[in-house]
Amino acid sequence: MTEPAMTKPTKTEIDPITLAVLAGRMEQIADEMDATLFRSAFNPIIAEAHDASHGLYHAQSGDTLVQGKSGLPIFVGVMAFAVKAVIEKAAENGDLSDGDIYIFNDAHMGGTHLSDMRLVRPYFRDGKLFCYLASVGHWHDVGGAVPGNYNPAATDAFQEAFVLPPVRIARGGVVQTDIIDILMRNTRLPQSAMGDLNGQLGALDLGVKRLDELMDEYGTEVIRAALDALGNRAEALMRAELSALPDGRWEAEDYLDNDGITDQPLPIRVALEIREDTLLLDFSGTAPVTAGPVNIALPTAVATAYVAIKHIFPSLPANAGVMRPIDVRVPEGSLLSAEFPAPVGGYTETILRMIDVIFSAAAQAAPERVVANAYGTINALSIAGKRANGAPWVMFSFYGGGHGGSSECDGLNHGNAPISTATIPPLEILEAAYPVMFRQWALRPGSAGAGTHRGGLGAVYEIELLEEKAEAFLFGERGRYAPQGIAGGEAAALNTFAYQQADGWHTPPLTSKMRGMKLTKGQSVRLETPGGGGYGPPAERLPAAVARDVALGYLSAEMATATYGPAWESAT
Amino acid sequence: MSGKMVGVDVGGTFTDVFVLDEATGRARVAKVPTTRPDQSGGFLAGIGQQIEDLSEIAVVVHGTTAGTNALLERKGAKIGVITTQGLGDILEMRRRDRPRTWGLCGDFEPIVPRNLRLEVPERTLADGTIRQEVDLDAVRRAAHTLLSEGCEAIAVLFVNAYANAENEAKAMAAVRALWPNAHVSSSAEILPEIREFERFSTTALNAYLQPEVSGYLDRLEAALTTGGFGGEFMIVQSNGGVMGVETACKFPVRTALSGPAAGVIAAGYIAETAGFPDVITGDVGGTSFDVALIAGGKSMLSPQTSIDFGMVIRTPMIEIATIGAGGGSIAWVDKGGLLNIGPESAGSDPGPVAYGRGNTRPTVTDANVVLGRIDPESPIGGTLSRLDVEAAVRAIDAHVGQPLNLETTAAAEAILRVANSRMAGALRLISVERGFDPKRFAFMPFGGGGALHAGAMLAEVGIGRALVPRYPGVTSAMGCVIADMRQDFVQTINALADDLDVKNLTALMQSHHDTGMKMLDAAQSGFASREAIFELDMAYIGQTHTVSVPLPVTVAQGKVTPPTRAEIAAAFDAAYHATYGRLLSNGVRRVMNLRSAIIGRRPKFDLATLAPTTTGSPEEARTGTRRVHFGDAWHDTAIYARLDLPVGTVIEGPAILEQPDTTILIEPTLKGTIDPFGNVLIEAKA
Repeated sequence: MTEPAMTKPTKTEIDPITLAVLAGRMEQIADEMDATLFRSAFNPIIAEAHDASHGLYHAQSGDTLVQGKSGLPIFVGVMAFAVKAVIEKAAENGDLSDGDIYIFNDAHMGGTHLSDMRLVRPYFRDGKLFCYLASVGHWHDVGGAVPGNYNPAATDAFQEAFVLPPVRIARGGVVQTDIIDILMRNTRLPQSAMGDLNGQLGALDLGVKRLDELMDEYGTEVIRAALDALGNRAEALMRAELSALPDGRWEAEDYLDNDGITDQPLPIRVALEIREDTLLLDFSGTAPVTAGPVNIALPTAVATAYVAIKHIFPSLPANAGVMRPIDVRVPEGSLLSAEFPAPVGGYTETILRMIDVIFSAAAQAAPERVVANAYGTINALSIAGKRANGAPWVMFSFYGGGHGGSSECDGLNHGNAPISTATIPPLEILEAAYPVMFRQWALRPGSAGAGTHRGGLGAVYEIELLEEKAEAFLFGERGRYAPQGIAGGEAAALNTFAYQQADGWHTPPLTSKMRGMKLTKGQSVRLETPGGGGYGPPAERLPAAVARDVALGYLSAEMATATYGPAWESAT
Repeated sequence: MSGKMVGVDVGGTFTDVFVLDEATGRARVAKVPTTRPDQSGGFLAGIGQQIEDLSEIAVVVHGTTAGTNALLERKGAKIGVITTQGLGDILEMRRRDRPRTWGLCGDFEPIVPRNLRLEVPERTLADGTIRQEVDLDAVRRAAHTLLSEGCEAIAVLFVNAYANAENEAKAMAAVRALWPNAHVSSSAEILPEIREFERFSTTALNAYLQPEVSGYLDRLEAALTTGGFGGEFMIVQSNGGVMGVETACKFPVRTALSGPAAGVIAAGYIAETAGFPDVITGDVGGTSFDVALIAGGKSMLSPQTSIDFGMVIRTPMIEIATIGAGGGSIAWVDKGGLLNIGPESAGSDPGPVAYGRGNTRPTVTDANVVLGRIDPESPIGGTLSRLDVEAAVRAIDAHVGQPLNLETTAAAEAILRVANSRMAGALRLISVERGFDPKRFAFMPFGGGGALHAGAMLAEVGIGRALVPRYPGVTSAMGCVIADMRQDFVQTINALADDLDVKNLTALMQSHHDTGMKMLDAAQSGFASREAIFELDMAYIGQTHTVSVPLPVTVAQGKVTPPTRAEIAAAFDAAYHATYGRLLSNGVRRVMNLRSAIIGRRPKFDLATLAPTTTGSPEEARTGTRRVHFGDAWHDTAIYARLDLPVGTVIEGPAILEQPDTTILIEPTLKGTIDPFGNVLIEAKA
């Protein structure tokens, strides 16, 4: 990643004003591609949760040139690897041409997990390859052992989903219906998949059209020069940010509960080293590849480092230039660089933990820039069954938790995960679509990490089954290791999950991961998610703020006194 | 009907008044400073400038920002919530979002704190089945608690009340029996639509605004009545239609975008009269640029908006896209050497550097001043005597020129280029991204600053022409007089199209129709015509985003003729195809919501009455010459008094047309023509 993305010298000089104009224009193209897919997608994971992304990528290196603002943050870094995989495949095929579109979901080549379907399309100008356009979106179902593809017991990729290497879904502008037939036969929800595929193809068409218009207006060379200059500018911005921080080396560690198969904690470690205007993130000491699906492929690890950095420096552009001064070292054989066919379905949990340790290490260097750990688990919960008429149903969603406290303020109650901008579907939509009833959907008192600025609160969701029977699946984390505070702030509450059976409530042996929990009518599952970690010593929290928390029921009086001392009692 | 119609728009700085004498067709305008905190002072002073005897007035229509400001400044009432057990935190949990994509700082304070959101046992299921009757004793206890806490309004928010409002209605009756007060809102009364957070938020914000807005409107009405006014008092809604003041007091949340909506309505009418039914409006304010699109004479409506993070209002509103690039937006160079405009703004106070009120960082207005486009000796608005050009030069040099190694004029041009490019982006966003080709549109700047940037919009977006209305500064006040009376309705249906209960649908449509028509009947003003519009929100099953499907429905003798299932299916296919270009074979169609609008069309006044009556040569309107910078050179530029230019005048660029509240820039490649209505039409030279 230290290798410069664009080594060719700029041929056309571009003035800074034209550059500012073009930066906005190109970002608008990617944004418009995002908007097109969000509007037309069939599955709510894309349409509502915006689990998708679009951008422009370098013709030779695949590096991210421009990416949309509204797509999922984790894709910003990871899509470059998807494009690289296609560049390699096209070189092997030796006949890349205008109108070709590659499609694949192989996570070991393109990062993230098999649910993310990636479409990559070369963009030609004057008969020559100029750049790539790409679209990625999370499909509702891509086969495998578990509907929705969050299989906590998967021990290889084949149990997670069907695996599609980069193949051409269009050749020279002609859509290959054979490929579509294969895809549609391998999903439980072909109609949803077809709708999403159409949406992604539409987004790519639109990107080509808009790029054509921009090229017509400004000329190929000016656009090329602008893209080069934007990369250099992103690098300069990153170096300026790093220079402003003290030199040094800081370490942090945290754990995943288990891999869903063996109940053994898995350490994630990072050493963060700043030397002048460069940054090293060294993940040595992290657990080796696991049998269960909490592994990630190397591209995902690099992309995650980018997400963490961009949260610390939010004004950085979405451009590969940012990563030039950053060296991400991931030891071979670790669960952060798993090889095919190691299972990677639970990648969200692992990358959330990577972000947590990067924040914890960076907080030692610059506490005022960093936010304490967020709730740190996606809690992919699905409940599936058959209706009285035999029709199958799958309710699948991710659940929220608290954000960390910061030097500025308390953490946000019930936010979305740092790797995502997804919103949660309204419970009325879920109740209208599936035979369930939410007995509770509320903030979880006492779940926030204490601190001068406490974390935000996590949530409680209790869901009752209204049909005769169903099975529930959960893929979560933070059941054994709570989100940490920074700068003297304390940890938040653990994630807890329970399910009702004829003889009462049970908890899964692996705390937050389980498949095939059988429920009958009237039984419920109950998920209680962590809050965020605290910022700064609890003793320095204003007694009036503690008193307010007690008055609002964010925590009990006993807990307030135990954590913050009795000063708040006279502050009311 | 005869008498005077008065439109009043109360803005942050000025209160604008537009008076139309229906007998003579003559219109007059007035502009007075807005009074604070009680805006009724300026309101009456403005009317008083044009009309001595308030009994001559038939109708007063008000575009208000009272609701918007109360929301933005969080100055609504102390309110309480009574809600379904287990779900008391919906307002605070939102849809599990966060303020910004990048950077995780930032918390959220709901308008109703947790200790004032009380849960009661009750439960309705998604199909409308009552699983648990509402515990009315618990409701009464909750209401007592909220009242003893000092709440001024109560919102009753029950889950799935859109499907069956029985529990909610019983709770409402119990609360009202105990506390007879107009300020009690229930979610199904305000918005019987699926999606609990959006419905609860809209209802709670309504309750939050009720005491404030209804108090304000009552004060205004009392002041008008005391002055002898005996006519009808109406308020502009965010959807661009007007409603009676009683309706406004009941649904204040519908006024959230009242002021800007009135401006868009007027702009649409002016443009259509001038022969341009397709127009994009642009209002350059101190901190923002607000853009709206009107196609075929109809403005776009969006179903909801966020006033601020987590403050969602779901009622139909004129769709206005806003970007943070206004006259007061600050220009700065980042660490990577790129010039940026905004989002930080000096607003109108302290305002641009040239205002001399303490800001030292250059703004878009400062660039316009330095390039000679704004006359430093007579700034618009009339509160400053002159502008400090030297200070603006110093600020531009220090913050833009030196970091980019540009001379002052080049740096000022750069600021405008980037600002214009951002404004152009907003125009593209609202046209291109919605499938409209900007070439067929006219651009209409209104507000004070828009006409300085009109030429740039033509160049940047490829729009063919710009149309500057005769009184751009009072557009919103004029819109108040023009706006139709309108009421919107929504009801969630949530059924497969093939199983749709058409009888039930017809009953709903009839009910919406009758309620809306009754409102029109109650109005004192006459209507040129009445219209009922019915649409369904539909999608394929599995899809969450719906498309609006206009229903081919006729109403004869007050009776709604129902559409057949086949007609609904065909209408969906047509709407879906128009939106996405393809249909889904084997897709199952679903009906989510019914949306109805009942509209009373007002008789329109003749805009030609606003046209200039001056004759003679344009040279008589010439006030001087000024050096103005365009592109890369200074040009000796003719200055004209815009209101003195006769109809038919053609002014070749470069030129500047000045009037008390606006400066119009005609760039060297463009020309301006005074059309028969007194608008300035800006186009490329032949």
